[in-house]
Amino acid sequence: MPRLAPPEAPLSPLQKVLRFHWGLALLIAAVACVGFLMLYSVAGGDLDPWASRQMVRFAAGMALMFGVAMIHIRYWRTLAPLSYVGSLTLLAAVEVAGHTGMGATRWIAIGPLQLQPSELMKIAVVLALARYYDWLGEGRVSRPLWLLPPLLLILVPMALVLKQPDLGTALLLALGGGAVMWLAGVHWGYFLAAIALGAGLVTAVLESRGTDWQLLKDYQYRRIETFLNPESDPLGAGYHITQSKIAFGSGGLSGRGFMQGTQTRLNFLPEKHTDFIFTTLAEEFGFVGALSLLILYGLITLFCIVSAMANRDRFGALLTGGIGATFFLFFSVNMAMVTGLAPVVGVPLPLVSYGGSAMLVLLLAFGLAQSAHVHRPRG
Amino acid sequence: MSRWRPAPVPRSARLTRRAAILFALQGGVMGALAWRMRKLQVDDAQRYRLLAEENRINIRLIPPARGQIFDRRGQPLAVNRQNYRVTLVREQAGDVEAVLDRLSRLIEIPDHDRERILREMTRKPAFVPIPVAEHLSWEDFARVNANAPALPGIDVEVGQTRFYPHGPSLAHTVGYVGRVNERELEADGGATPLLQIPDFQIGKTGVETRAEDVLRGAAGLSRIEVNARGRKVRELSREEGQPGADLQLTIDLDLQRYVMERLGGESASVAVIEIATGDVLASASSPGFEPNQFVFGISSKNWSALLNDPYRPLSNKTVAGVYPPGSTYKMVVALAALEKGVIDAGESVFCNGRYQLGESYFHCWRRGGHGHLDLREALSQSCDVFFYEIARRVGIDAISDMARRLGVGVRPDLPVPAVSEGLAPTKDWKRASYDQSWQVGDTLNAGIGQGYVLASPMQLAVMTARIASGKAVAPRMIRGQGGRPLPDPEAPPLEVNATHLRLVREGMWSVMNASRGTARKSRIYADGVEFAGKTGTSQVRRITAAERAAGVFRNEDLPWNRRDHALFVGYAPYDAPRYAVSTVVEHGGGGSSTAAPIARDVIMRALWGGEPPLSAYPPGEREAEMERRIRPPAPRPEDAAPEAPPTTGAAPEAPAGPSPTPATSPVDPSAPASGRRA
Repeated sequence: MPRLAPPEAPLSPLQKVLRFHWGLALLIAAVACVGFLMLYSVAGGDLDPWASRQMVRFAAGMALMFGVAMIHIRYWRTLAPLSYVGSLTLLAAVEVAGHTGMGATRWIAIGPLQLQPSELMKIAVVLALARYYDWLGEGRVSRPLWLLPPLLLILVPMALVLKQPDLGTALLLALGGGAVMWLAGVHWGYFLAAIALGAGLVTAVLESRGTDWQLLKDYQYRRIETFLNPESDPLGAGYHITQSKIAFGSGGLSGRGFMQGTQTRLNFLPEKHTDFIFTTLAEEFGFVGALSLLILYGLITLFCIVSAMANRDRFGALLTGGIGATFFLFFSVNMAMVTGLAPVVGVPLPLVSYGGSAMLVLLLAFGLAQSAHVHRPRG
Repeated sequence: MSRWRPAPVPRSARLTRRAAILFALQGGVMGALAWRMRKLQVDDAQRYRLLAEENRINIRLIPPARGQIFDRRGQPLAVNRQNYRVTLVREQAGDVEAVLDRLSRLIEIPDHDRERILREMTRKPAFVPIPVAEHLSWEDFARVNANAPALPGIDVEVGQTRFYPHGPSLAHTVGYVGRVNERELEADGGATPLLQIPDFQIGKTGVETRAEDVLRGAAGLSRIEVNARGRKVRELSREEGQPGADLQLTIDLDLQRYVMERLGGESASVAVIEIATGDVLASASSPGFEPNQFVFGISSKNWSALLNDPYRPLSNKTVAGVYPPGSTYKMVVALAALEKGVIDAGESVFCNGRYQLGESYFHCWRRGGHGHLDLREALSQSCDVFFYEIARRVGIDAISDMARRLGVGVRPDLPVPAVSEGLAPTKDWKRASYDQSWQVGDTLNAGIGQGYVLASPMQLAVMTARIASGKAVAPRMIRGQGGRPLPDPEAPPLEVNATHLRLVREGMWSVMNASRGTARKSRIYADGVEFAGKTGTSQVRRITAAERAAGVFRNEDLPWNRRDHALFVGYAPYDAPRYAVSTVVEHGGGGSSTAAPIARDVIMRALWGGEPPLSAYPPGEREAEMERRIRPPAPRPEDAAPEAPPTTGAAPEAPAGPSPTPATSPVDPSAPASGRRA
């Protein structure tokens, strides 16, 4: 039975600004600045073509974040199902009218805007699950029948994303959704079962290679293979990861210095301004720099988790926790990927990698978390 | 101030717990990431730093400028020339076909080149420049340069390539360079990285190859930073190499060119040696070939034409060709006999036209015989019977010993490849080579320079220089290196009795100047410049008894390759020898008719350092010589297409003189044309 929040006096704009989570905003800005620096560096010491555009997007994103944060969380709660349906529709539309890039169809054009609905979907799933568990209350969360709707909410977009195919996003959707379910209090036995099922699925995926029902594209298999043994093909499929590790490791403790990263500058590093930008940072600023960024990210995650714990509004708490978890997944998967701990699945480094959709969607999500924080129940 | 406050909503204990667990998990993952970063960047940093350096630094060699080659007066024989070439970079060109179309309006691009370009395009990375055309003229180069804006991806470069300004005249001696081939790379075994530069040129023949070490120089090093595709980003450091040293040859270009012109495309060779120093002033092997053709890349049609030419233009006949020396060998036999004491100065032998050995006859070239003659007369008239007799007396080993002292059968130390050793046969040699014992008939044949005896024109010139000077003159072709002249060599004495040498020289004087001398027609008509020499006609076929009975064929009646070789050796001036010359005209007929006039013309050029006065020529030849000088110079062999050799070897000179018919014997191996034996 959902507990109805007692009526509260509306907050004045000034109060809202004062209740804003300024620490989180500051951390986000700090990370984004690291991103500008790196984009400036990989362009060979030039704001063009990446850093300047990224700055404009970040400014727009920050404005969006503040705007979203000013709107009461209950409106977002009301909009949550709609946003989910909208995102799902866009995702389905990609199938019909999407653009193809890098062997996958991920983009859709809405007017002049190039949009990646899968980015939007990551947040929409969190929103929808938070809304669902807010409505469901704590009592029934672990009942098998009530487990079906959230599973569907996760699996349907996952299936669409896998079809693009985008293994990384699919994985993030599953883990992000799972995090919300975990926070909502679903029995841990289900998670064990899910892990077991996942392991079984991975086995099945690997086993299916070369058969008629092959589950992944060949290039994805090759990437997995390369992940397991990158030295087997250093110039072919293993090139990305081998070069990334060389650049990463050659940074050493304190790095080569800003704009002195030879591997990056000489194009040995692939996708240097997007997925592999963390390698550039590691090469130029070394272990100290890489660890610092990791700590910044960790603090952002921590702030979200702490805010969630402190929030007595269930929707707000679940939403903030879910966004924090999704953000964590973003950077940890990317970092694991470029350091050779995980296969190259194509997940950008949040707030740092060049890319409009991801940046805007992420700041929109932080706006929602801020809104939950600003409008958390008082007293 | 009291405000209504809503009842506090309790915090969900479960959510708080779950959030804490979630963050603990996340903290674990972050710990793992940090540990991984530490592993890569702290523990293994050195290894990755090394790998990174290997990635980005490329060491490139800067080819050194090749040393140039000059003649004895500093005229260039082999120079480095700007090589204007056009390259095309695919990724900059866009539409390659369209760019090539536009380019072909400016310079000629043959279809097969076009195909090659398009083929290479598909094989090489898009940023690698593909050579489109090389060795452009300055005009073409300028035209392409001026139109560069309309030709995206087209680049004009200036490299260096070898050029031989006097082409065929000196092709055999100077040689040519070419690109390193697979076999040379393999032989080098990777010891010389310079050879792996794609268009590096190394010497292929001649001085170019034998003096390769001197001419090549040392490579410079350029450390360059490259990007992931191997494209050069910048030069990190540069170490200049050492250019190759220039060489100065002993060759006199003007004389050399005159000789080549004088030989007029005959299959012939001439060597001229300065007696005092051993300097080889001319080393001419005719016909020549165009060495620049090889540098630019010779077409297979031209190549096979050169290979199939019966005159063998590619062979350096002067040092690599060996011929039975014929009567020019008689000085060797005479000196051997004198030194051994088997004859003395006044000794006379009776010649009745043939010499009997057991059941067989060895013939003199003059059927009726010469009657009584002494050594001087025997040389002068080239009597064969006289030399059969003294050869038999002195024996083959003494003859060949003398031959080697005079340079025949000893490989001259010259900076060109394939220098032949010739052959001064001995009894042991025949036993070792044929497992047969030496026959007296073999000695008789050797006595007139036939049979097994073989000598190159260069060896004959050395022999002549040694007889003329009484010193062991050694030929040399390199006069200076790196701008510094080498010291003039001091030839050691020959250690042959001076009186004996004088006797032989008198014989050689008589050949040219005595009333019955075989080469009297080729003497020099100038006071104080007397020419001494010896003719030779060496037989390349066997004369059967039936033919001898019916009358030996005249050379003109035989096919070119069955005719006798015409030889001549000589020196001048007689009383103070300065130059020695040898001439071999393959299948040229008689030595006196064909070879001697050429030698005379050549040595006069050397003596006068240019055109000799007409009065120095025999009265009957002055008009022809004057005509030759007035006439516009004959087309230089450079301009003559190498694939059009003369079809027959018709001798350009007056009718062949008396047809010498040297001996043949049961044991005589039919004398080879010029093939090496043993």
